[in-house]
Amino acid sequence: MAYIPVQEGLPGIRSLVQYRPETGKPLYDLVQILLRGPSPLSPAERELIAAYVSSRNECGFCMNSHAAAARCLYGDQEQIVDDLLYKNNQTELSEKMQALLAIAGKVQKLGKSVSPQDIETARKAGAQDEDIHDTVLIAATFSLFNRYVDGLASFTPTNESAYEAMGKRMSENGYVFPNQ
Amino acid sequence: MPYIDVDKNLPGIRSLMAFRPETAKPLSDLAEALLRDNTGLSRAERELIATYVSYLNDCFYCHNSHGELAVCYLDGNRELVDAVRKDYRNADISEKLKALLQIAGKVQQGGKSVLPENIENAKRHQATDRDIHDTVLIAAAFCMFNRYVDGLASTAPKDMSSYPLRAKQVAENGYGPHIYSTAQPQASSEEIHA
Repeated sequence: MAYIPVQEGLPGIRSLVQYRPETGKPLYDLVQILLRGPSPLSPAERELIAAYVSSRNECGFCMNSHAAAARCLYGDQEQIVDDLLYKNNQTELSEKMQALLAIAGKVQKLGKSVSPQDIETARKAGAQDEDIHDTVLIAATFSLFNRYVDGLASFTPTNESAYEAMGKRMSENGYVFPNQ
Repeated sequence: MPYIDVDKNLPGIRSLMAFRPETAKPLSDLAEALLRDNTGLSRAERELIATYVSYLNDCFYCHNSHGELAVCYLDGNRELVDAVRKDYRNADISEKLKALLQIAGKVQQGGKSVLPENIENAKRHQATDRDIHDTVLIAAAFCMFNRYVDGLASTAPKDMSSYPLRAKQVAENGYGPHIYSTAQPQASSEEIHA
């Protein structure tokens, strides 16, 4: 049971943004631009960063839904997602993505954990300013979403098929503010 | 030195927003909706929650910028803002705000740290559902802002006299596009020596 009276049956973030649309709308705008807007990182790579940070924050709702979206977007390379999240196996990822995930992991701990060496490693692997900016902001944004979703104890579905459907919707339609 | 090539005339999050205006817009809309609202929680209380969380996250730029905004809304009561940062339990604030700051501190650690008894305690002190919602989201939002600002090593003005001047501008104009287009004000020599 959520700590505040949100609409029953709606999961996670969807229930919270409907409770307070004034703050919900900018949150949806942010995630749409950040995960689907112009970026040197593909939507699949950005969803993977989101799922990775959510996994480290132990936010089941965010991790499962963004992992499902990443699987859809990676298509026949979908194994990349579970390899990272469940085995910490990064061998199929580019050196650049490995370096960016290391930065995202630091941001998940605290902003100051990111060191000049982390940035240098990413640059050597070909990361530009935009890659680094988007990685840090995605990791920071999911540090928000994970806390918002779990801090208010919003409903986390437990069946896998619910997340499969969410992932499909997220990969096809992006982040559209839910209608009442 | 910031990790990416940003406008050197802008500090902290302001330089990052100017670097990427597409994401700056929803970020400033979020801050405006969360921090400028006056329903349930006052603007001063909202900025105090933002300051406290930023202080826990050791984000110098955010806790000083938002601390000065709280000072502004509290008619210059800087002692109270300092007391909230250091030990809110003994600060001269309402029991309701103490209960909400406890929740904000839990959110800073992780979403799952917030316990049913923390919520019950806040409700016992007259916190509404909306107060609790806004507290959790302000705390979560500053866990984002703080990480964004420090994760890219953006600069913080060393001239502490510029923070109150900047806070006055935000108190007057809100969190609009001037956030990422107006340079940090500089104290005139009279103000410094006043």
